[in-house]
Amino acid sequence: MNEEQAHQDGGIDLNPNALQFLTFILNDEEYGVDILKVQGIQGWSKVTPIPNTPDFMLGVINLRGAVVPIVDLRKRFQLDNVDYGPTTVVIVVKVKGDDGERVVGMVVDAVSEVYNVYARDIKPSPSFSGSISTEYIRGLSMIENKMVILLEIDSLVNAGVLDMVPGELVV
Amino acid sequence: MFDDEGMDEIRQIFLEESTEGLDVMESGLLELEPGTADMETINNIFRAAHSIKGGGGTFGFVEVSDFTHWVETVLDEMRSGERDVTEDGITLLLESVDCLRGMMDSINAQSDYDTPRISALQARIVAVLNGEADTGVAAAPSPEVVVPPESAVEEKPSVESTDNVEVEVVVDESVIGLDVTSDAEPVSETSVEPFQPDVNTQTDTTVETAAVVPDVETEIAVLPDPEDIAPEVVPAAKAVETNKAEKSGSESGSSIRVNVDKVDSLLNLVGELVITQSMLGRFKKEFNVNDLSDLRDGLAQLESNTRELQEAAMQIRMLPIKVAFSRFTRLVRDLSRNMGKKVKLELLGEQTELDKTVLEKIGDPLVHLVRNSLDHGIETVEKRLAAGKPAEGLLRLSAYHEAGNIVIEITDDGAGLNRDKILSKAIERGLVGEDEQITDDRIYMLIFQAGFSTADQISDLSGRGVGMDVVRRNIQDLGGRIDVHSEIGQGSTFTIRLPLTLAILDGQLVRVGEETYIVPLLSIVESVFINPERVNVVANNQMLYRLRDDFLPITDLRAICGGYYRNMSMDVDELDDKLLVVIETAGRRYGLVVDDLEDQQQVVIKALENNYRHVSGLAGATILGDGSVALILDIPSLAQRCFNELDEPEQQASA
Repeated sequence: MNEEQAHQDGGIDLNPNALQFLTFILNDEEYGVDILKVQGIQGWSKVTPIPNTPDFMLGVINLRGAVVPIVDLRKRFQLDNVDYGPTTVVIVVKVKGDDGERVVGMVVDAVSEVYNVYARDIKPSPSFSGSISTEYIRGLSMIENKMVILLEIDSLVNAGVLDMVPGELVV
Repeated sequence: MFDDEGMDEIRQIFLEESTEGLDVMESGLLELEPGTADMETINNIFRAAHSIKGGGGTFGFVEVSDFTHWVETVLDEMRSGERDVTEDGITLLLESVDCLRGMMDSINAQSDYDTPRISALQARIVAVLNGEADTGVAAAPSPEVVVPPESAVEEKPSVESTDNVEVEVVVDESVIGLDVTSDAEPVSETSVEPFQPDVNTQTDTTVETAAVVPDVETEIAVLPDPEDIAPEVVPAAKAVETNKAEKSGSESGSSIRVNVDKVDSLLNLVGELVITQSMLGRFKKEFNVNDLSDLRDGLAQLESNTRELQEAAMQIRMLPIKVAFSRFTRLVRDLSRNMGKKVKLELLGEQTELDKTVLEKIGDPLVHLVRNSLDHGIETVEKRLAAGKPAEGLLRLSAYHEAGNIVIEITDDGAGLNRDKILSKAIERGLVGEDEQITDDRIYMLIFQAGFSTADQISDLSGRGVGMDVVRRNIQDLGGRIDVHSEIGQGSTFTIRLPLTLAILDGQLVRVGEETYIVPLLSIVESVFINPERVNVVANNQMLYRLRDDFLPITDLRAICGGYYRNMSMDVDELDDKLLVVIETAGRRYGLVVDDLEDQQQVVIKALENNYRHVSGLAGATILGDGSVALILDIPSLAQRCFNELDEPEQQASA
């Protein structure tokens, strides 16, 4: 175990060479999001559904006066639906869009940890036939003997979620 | 003396003040009646000119103060009664105002002055001061002749009081202004050599004129023939308009002038809010049950404070519609002169206030409608007399408030819309079926169709068929609607209804399933309980509702909001005890089926695009009192969807 890993094991530090990732659980897999993109984490609250949007777009909520869309990542990745439980949370991220920043909430099973990840520890993702296209994955990293899938949150939220139109338009 | 920033600030102040001064001058000049010398008005104009001159001198814009000096001299003579107030004189002064505007724009853009134009105008003013008739503004078709008379040459020192360069250009521009026919009035020998008109340069000079006034280029290109120099009034009028358009465009990101009273009342309200706050604040320290009524009072006061504060803050953005109307005095004057029509412009309700953003965006549609009325509506003097109408046509712009909206009416007493011509054009284009029975008002609404024009000849003002659809779209973008009423031979009235502001909307809350949607109150005509017996199902599963003598297509909001109510299909039996909200948009009515009507309230519009994207059928979202989000329906686009379904089978049948 080298020095850096020792740091890692000891918890979070503000090592400028490391990237911090917030990880969350989705269908027993652990995913990581660049923590600088995360605006906040909050409990599940009732959403206002928007007609004519894909089913993973749950609707919008009032987040301190702003109207923010909420996405169900399980539905987005076509995983089995589970009922929302006490650990179900909404991770609010702020991503760069074509015209400014957009704030979006993602419903996940639970929040896990914040890890330091060094760039050299991020391995490119092999093309696997998962429901998440590799273009939304920044890489894989082994942290504490677990594999964490680090997400490319900007492109996932923009191209993979917000810009998707419903396949089935009901008029 | 000043650092760059300081200079910039000073320049801005000067420009703002001068622009105001120029507005005063322009409106004053337009008020002046030829033949009568209204001292008060002339004094007003004079004072404004004087301030501009003074400001120009103080801030180092010598050219501005020099030019204004000449304008001021003319005004001074009018003031002292030495000079009669004539139509030509007013026109010359108006042109000077335009010229000064151009100089202000140059200062603003920190570019060079349009020296030839300035000098030419200055030469004309000097000529007028010397008792010559100002030939430059002779009646429209006659050529423009600017011949610096002998006396002008004698008075050379005054012209030279500017600088050498400028004198040289005077020469240049005089040549431009000259016309072939100018040999009718021979140039005196004493005038300097270059003043001589050279007939051969005619074509070139026209081109040069075009180059000098870049904004007008396209208009100039429309002119039929370089030989046939168009009356100067046309480009001038266009230039004014272009300037205005530019001005309003550049203003959008800038400051706003607010009446001090409004700021005072805002501060008063903030004061009251502070008092309420301190009253409520004491409950933080201690609270017992006896204080409950005090607390309730305090909260009630807070509520009223908040509402008043909101209104006062909104008031700051409100400007009188005069700002948009004022340009029409000039526009109508110039255009009617140009078209040889006599038109009286009546402005009513100029003090009616509306939101700055709305005000800025309504300008262009209004210009279009006014031009249309002048071009197609009001007839020429001969036609009017033949029809037994007074020679002078009437164009009335009026604005008033009506139930939280602002209504703008453009009325003319001209020929009115040609119902039969519109109808036959519409049938020709397949917009209306041959045997279709439609109401007159519905026919008139057809003029708002894209590419629809009944004009046989395209004039440079209107008739290309682009325009009315743009007008309607602009108005709809502002959340308003336009209606037209017309009587053949009596004239037509265009009625524009707009929300007072874009940020807040009067909404009717409707319940659909478990969700609350908001329908803009403006588009609701009425609401009725549905009687299932009156529902007819026609082709394509479209339902029609018989409301009195009309058949309305109806749409079930629960079906439209399909993302969530996907499985619900419209069933006539289900419609019992539901409500039908009758909506009117773009002149057509249709009904929306909702479960229940809830409150009416003002809602603050939040764009979905901020964090998501545009969703068809929705105009945005808002946050209700309980903190939940409600979606605002986009009535025009829902109507489009509804009518497309209805129209498609017909079109297929006729194809």
